[in-house]
Amino acid sequence: MTAPSSLDLVIGAVVLWMALGTLGLVRPARLRFVSIVLFPIGALVGVALAAVALAAIAAPPLVRVLPLGLPDLPFHLRLDALSAFFLFVLGAVAAAVSVYSAGYFRSSEGTAPGLVCFQYHAFLAAMAVVLIADDAYLFMVAWETMALASYFLVTTEHRIPEIRRAGFLYLLIAHVGAIAILMCFGVLQGSSGDYTFAGMRGQHLAGAWPSVAFFLALFGFGAKAGLLPLHVWLPEAHPAAPSPVSALMSAVMLKTAIYGLLRVGFDLLQVQLWWWGVVTLAVGLASAIFGVVFAAVQSDMKRLLAYSSIENIGIITAGIGLTILFRAYDKPLLAAIALTAALYHCLNHAFFKSLLFLATGSVLHATHERSLGKLGGLIHRMPWVAWLALVGTLAIAGLPPLNGFVSEWLLLQAFLFTPTLPQSFVNMLVPVATAALVLAVALSAYVMVKFYGIVFLGRPREANLAYAKDAGKWERTALAYLAAGCILLGLFPVNVIALIDPVNMQLVDSGALQAGSGSNWMLLAPINADRSSYSPVIVLLVIVAVVLLTIQVVHRFYHGRIRRAPPWDCGFPAQTPRMQDTAEGFGQPIRQVFEPFFRMQRHLPSPFDAKPRYAVKAEDPLWYWLYLPVARGAEVLARLVGHIQQGRISVYLTYSFFTLLALLFLVR
Amino acid sequence: MTAAGFLSQLLQVALALLLAPLLVGWVNQCRAWLANKSAPSLFLPYRTIRKLFAKDAVVAQNASGIFRLTPYIVFGAMTCAAAIVPSLATDLPFALAADAIALVGLFALARVFMSLAAMDIGTAFGSLGARRDMFVGFLAEPALLMVLFTASLISSSTSLPEIVDTLAHREIGIYPSLAFAGVAFTMVSLAENARIPVDNPATHLELTMIHEAMLLEYSARHLALLEWAAALKLFNYSCIGLALFFPFGIVTSGSDGLMLVSAAPLLVVKLAVGGAALALIETLSAKMRIFRAPEFLGTAFMLAVLAMLVNLLLGA
Repeated sequence: MTAPSSLDLVIGAVVLWMALGTLGLVRPARLRFVSIVLFPIGALVGVALAAVALAAIAAPPLVRVLPLGLPDLPFHLRLDALSAFFLFVLGAVAAAVSVYSAGYFRSSEGTAPGLVCFQYHAFLAAMAVVLIADDAYLFMVAWETMALASYFLVTTEHRIPEIRRAGFLYLLIAHVGAIAILMCFGVLQGSSGDYTFAGMRGQHLAGAWPSVAFFLALFGFGAKAGLLPLHVWLPEAHPAAPSPVSALMSAVMLKTAIYGLLRVGFDLLQVQLWWWGVVTLAVGLASAIFGVVFAAVQSDMKRLLAYSSIENIGIITAGIGLTILFRAYDKPLLAAIALTAALYHCLNHAFFKSLLFLATGSVLHATHERSLGKLGGLIHRMPWVAWLALVGTLAIAGLPPLNGFVSEWLLLQAFLFTPTLPQSFVNMLVPVATAALVLAVALSAYVMVKFYGIVFLGRPREANLAYAKDAGKWERTALAYLAAGCILLGLFPVNVIALIDPVNMQLVDSGALQAGSGSNWMLLAPINADRSSYSPVIVLLVIVAVVLLTIQVVHRFYHGRIRRAPPWDCGFPAQTPRMQDTAEGFGQPIRQVFEPFFRMQRHLPSPFDAKPRYAVKAEDPLWYWLYLPVARGAEVLARLVGHIQQGRISVYLTYSFFTLLALLFLVR
Repeated sequence: MTAAGFLSQLLQVALALLLAPLLVGWVNQCRAWLANKSAPSLFLPYRTIRKLFAKDAVVAQNASGIFRLTPYIVFGAMTCAAAIVPSLATDLPFALAADAIALVGLFALARVFMSLAAMDIGTAFGSLGARRDMFVGFLAEPALLMVLFTASLISSSTSLPEIVDTLAHREIGIYPSLAFAGVAFTMVSLAENARIPVDNPATHLELTMIHEAMLLEYSARHLALLEWAAALKLFNYSCIGLALFFPFGIVTSGSDGLMLVSAAPLLVVKLAVGGAALALIETLSAKMRIFRAPEFLGTAFMLAVLAMLVNLLLGA
């Protein structure tokens, strides 16, 4: 008997996850069994999956056919570099989230813990199957399983009407997207009727069909990823879900959509046209700016992070758009750099966003409060969570030497190389696109300062925050692991890119790291060192050295005496913690500058109010411009269709008769 | 890594650390003269820093570790930045580790820590200052990046020494893209260094403060380091401007290493002129309302984007 291949091991992980989930169903109400046994084992499976995937990235593709499914439609599986990369993301993040979940779930009003365990592991297994599916049939089955499992997880607290509503919206948009994906596969198979991906790769679509397929994919996967204008479910579903689920959805599930887009755009489609790149780039940048501007005005911490996910997905999509552009103009090296930036950002976002979502989970458990306006000062009460979340905050704000900066650096490099393209119209777009990107990145720093400063710094805005307790050891372990990931991904970019390179080779036929460019383990130089180089390790070392040296010198030559005193009250002794900036206050400049973005409702108190109340609501205008008209249209349509429904059998039989006649006439 | 490179690197950082307070003193002196006041000593900033170092640090009761760590991190980031900007020579070994984008990243790192520290105490003015500083920053940072990108398009490199090498070796003439970029850069520098018309470094009224509001709770060595870091920031920005738009006199790749001897005095002269110009701009303009700042910085941003477009259109 031969050793199992890595594809077999991945299948094994899927089976194990399903088994763990099923075990949870045996005694659904037993919280201890679920949290002490099942979730930690699930985490181990995640670690194993990450390790297997890591080894499989550089290995040649493996194919397997499982005799499951419908009689003539077996399941085709395939593990190549692209799948392996995303499986690595899944495994690495799932490990952390499972460890965290072991300490997170409580027996509460909502779904029983065993049932949550089942849904959770089914969700993980479905995502793994999505990533290894090699035919449209299995892909759609796994995709729908993933959507359903996550829907049930989102509605864990199903007794609350808003959460049910959020879950329904999510399910609706997920299905609108799924229809587009299904149609996309329909176009891709040409007229061969062969729905395996291998068959689709062999099809050469003529005329406008490749474009139709690509845009169906962009629409379908964009709905899952939360690209504009299909993003509305994201800020509803993420806050509704329990924090580990939000982390998993934001960190991994959105990435499966990116995976799908890459799979269709670069693997199944044989050509890439330049204007697809322009459209993808525009959609990505619009999502990035939109997401970050809305994140800046949120006052619910999980909503804020959800909007920030839209921003990050936008940045990733912009990277993909740039890759398509370079690919269409046959510049493999530049395409590889842009793709590396996109994939690197996927990895980074998976780490820092799950870190932050999990941190909000701990805050939520400790304070029962999600609104930023009622938090504050938690760094004293919850030092572990606060300091680990600081790493995530700095990383997501794109600051050196952490990981968010590396991918943004690479993406900006890719933008700066663009002026070598033959079409001047595209070249002219570059400054505008670069400007939009740097604006989004700079704004994300604003958003993250707001998030961190209001939740963890300052003084507690409510009295009950004094009783907040730090996270337990399971939660701390998970947070520390993710924070370490953010730091390592930031410090050793060349090693990470070396891991990503097989994916580049597979999709754009070129690696991002060229021999002779002067890159080594501590110096990242995409083209050559004269052109651009970055070494996070050295930057970190120099900053740390200067900091330590300064502390030493100051303390040696002067002193280190410190005296504690109350803060200066500006001559107004009646200051209370409520006079600190609120979330609304911190977002106010952004609300003012980007006023046309929002649909705003303000309630301002009059000067004579004895009990003044101030309220401001910044809503998404797309909801009114796009969704409500569509919903109204659907209602009108339904009412028209309702006319032919008389509720009498004889009428329906008549309809059947006429349909039959029509069909006979048509297919005669 | 050559010995000469190492030497010029060390010399440059040492010079930046030493000269930065002097530049602030000089600008203050010029401002006083222009306002027809008797000027404070040129060396007042040094004395202030020394005095502050000797004092006992008073820290607010609920300050966390972030508050105490921030001055060191900000100072470290600014020193790091001083090592990247080619003010004397372009043979800088450390510049390999961080290019123009990383430079902007370092500035952002300092700003984020400053804002977090300001919010740490939980006073109304601290968070007000943090909010305003991030607000100015989110517009100024992209504009600065776009200015640097214009220069990197010319030299097709984002490495600052490489950019300065290319710019220094071009024929002298007026390049429209650089002219746009220069105006944008001046506007950004005013905003980033908390100067009039965006902020007023000499204000004593908390309501109008931006940068100073964030420092309200700091004292003694922490304040000294932050003042020094602010001076370093002004010095760094001046040196970026000088290196991009007036690169003559900097020891470039083709020139003799002995030019280092003449580069330092030349830098001092250039900084003196630049500082005087800054004082003139500050004296001639009035502070804007905070909500006029986006217009000001938006103009800078648009100018920088235009600079890039002009560069692509005209190739100059």
